[in-house]
Amino acid sequence: MGSATATLKLYASLSEFLPPGSVKNEAEIKVGEADSVARVIERYDLPERLVHLVLIDGVYIEPEDRPIRILGPGEVLAIWPPVAGG
Amino acid sequence: MAWTRQILRVDLTKGTCTSEALNMEWAMDYLGSRGLATKYLVEEIDPKVDPLSADNKLIMATGPMTGTIASTGGRYTVVTKGPLTGAIACSNSGGYFGAEMKFAGWDMVIFEGKSSKPVYLMIENDKVELRDASHLWGTSTWHTEEQIKKENQDPQIRISSIGKAGENQVLFSCVVNDLHRAAGRSGVGAVMGSKNLKAVAIRGTKGIGNVANPAEFQKVTTEKKQILAENAVTGEGLPTYGTQVLMNVINEMGALPTRNFKDVKFESANDISAEAMATPRETDGKAQLVTNQACFGCTIACGRISKIDKDHFSVQQKPQYHGASGGLEYEAAWALGAANGVKDLEALQYAQMVCNEHGFDPISFGATVGAVMEMYENGTLDEKKIGLKAPFGSAEALCELVEMTANGEGFGVEIGLGSKRLCEKYGQPELSMSVKGQEFPAYDPRGIQGMGLTYATSNRGACHLRSYTVASETLGIPVKTDPLVTEGKPGLVMAFQDATAAFDASGLCIFTSFAWGLGDIQPQIDAACEGDWSEEKLQEVGERIWNMEKLFNLEAGLTKEDDQLPTRLTTEAATEGPAKGLVAGVPEMLPEYYEIRGWDKDGVPSAEKRKSLGL
Repeated sequence: MGSATATLKLYASLSEFLPPGSVKNEAEIKVGEADSVARVIERYDLPERLVHLVLIDGVYIEPEDRPIRILGPGEVLAIWPPVAGG
Repeated sequence: MAWTRQILRVDLTKGTCTSEALNMEWAMDYLGSRGLATKYLVEEIDPKVDPLSADNKLIMATGPMTGTIASTGGRYTVVTKGPLTGAIACSNSGGYFGAEMKFAGWDMVIFEGKSSKPVYLMIENDKVELRDASHLWGTSTWHTEEQIKKENQDPQIRISSIGKAGENQVLFSCVVNDLHRAAGRSGVGAVMGSKNLKAVAIRGTKGIGNVANPAEFQKVTTEKKQILAENAVTGEGLPTYGTQVLMNVINEMGALPTRNFKDVKFESANDISAEAMATPRETDGKAQLVTNQACFGCTIACGRISKIDKDHFSVQQKPQYHGASGGLEYEAAWALGAANGVKDLEALQYAQMVCNEHGFDPISFGATVGAVMEMYENGTLDEKKIGLKAPFGSAEALCELVEMTANGEGFGVEIGLGSKRLCEKYGQPELSMSVKGQEFPAYDPRGIQGMGLTYATSNRGACHLRSYTVASETLGIPVKTDPLVTEGKPGLVMAFQDATAAFDASGLCIFTSFAWGLGDIQPQIDAACEGDWSEEKLQEVGERIWNMEKLFNLEAGLTKEDDQLPTRLTTEAATEGPAKGLVAGVPEMLPEYYEIRGWDKDGVPSAEKRKSLGL
């Protein structure tokens, strides 16, 4: 893991999985060159059934792309469980 | 059959109440609620009628599923010609009022004419009478409910009423039932007020004894409830977080309209979100959110009940607001918050309570305040004109303006006209973020392209509840589509519009569609109603309703020019987020939409299309 950082945002019932020191649903996390979205999800023990809506810088990441999409320095990874509104 | 087959006609001019048989031929083509009530309206009024004249009519209608054991079967609809838009107005509500109407033995109530003095309609099963409401006029919806229950010595009466906003004919006033639920949009409350009709109170004890195939209905509704329970959204997401959970989602996508749509992200979105509502306040250690709440027969329970911080500046001297009350839903929190740049969650809750109390739509109100704040910032309006300082972000201004609008005082009278009329008056019509005069809800069409077409073509003016393509474009329900592209969106919008019309006509809540498709409501309707109700027939009913509403609007004088977005959204690109550099692509989508609808280049349904739908 390198010294570069990205932002992790977890919402709704995923909020409880935020690392200590997080403020308002977000935390600064260290990311390395091999840190895919799936790897970050695994690192923070996010339950699979709660990982539904996954965005990087606001853009949706398809489930099949999560193992290969690397979270780059400065990017914002935001994750929600299944939610809806209207 | 799940219809009672009886409708009540109330002539407010003559003071008469008469029952008549439901037109079952129409019921077979329009199902109920939104569809059937609109059929009655378009058959009975001149589309060019002044919405606030005695010649307009107002219909309260249930659907065949209303009052049954089907999950969410508690909806009723208010249909009239809308004063805000001059178009068809159709606004539905949950709570318990709709089911009570059915229990009393009525499919719908048609109000016509105008009473010479304030009245309310009292329905106790077959016993129906107009009563004097002089003592209720000038009071809130909350007081009206309490007083009617008290004077009838019956706490189980269900009531729909207007507050001061409806009486004062605020053009976006609501009809409020069960304290916190509302037929909220398009100004249906102003029409009720114009008729001197303060409230409708119902006590029904007949129950629902008219389901066509009770055993099959019991079986299939139980199966379908299980789907709702097991679905992650309807079984867990909505009851736990409510609609407000969208605040951070839509903001993160760069599609949260902010400061009258000048921006697409709100830097304080998290402060006014579902997560914030559930977080203990620094001031008193208590969270604003108290609990969730369900409407009649609902197994989802998305409603919010909240308590405001009693030390907040807005309510320090107002203990009547200190108890648990209807809380913030997403659309209201956006309109009262991000649309104005206000990040004070307690101020938003106060404004929401005043909207419920005095009966006006927080979406149109909040969005109109957004336009006022922009005109204050650009110098068109000043402190002297408004009566207070009103920069973007001012919670104090929001709280004062909501009171002024509720009470019909000062500049609140102008806000009560809605953003279109207000912006035109001050020479800046382009600052009204509306279609057909109705303000946008909480999705920026530059970041969610399907919603631009949704707003432009919505028959009741800009609205998210006519084709909620956010479900697909953002949440992946039923399938994920790219929110940033226009390709395929005309077909998506049309499919959502027609399906939604069928859901609305049934008396079920559209929120079930996060888990159910037409294929899930079809067997429930088929078991409850006489006749053969296939999925194809429901699709056709939805399309028929949509085209009927469109034809009414055309006859009322609306044209394709009324199917356009404000130029801000089609010429000023989003400045950040995934949609950076994009404008709303409605101009390129509209011709294709008209074509697949079977309409001509001016948006007029072809003779062939009308014939195929029996219109």
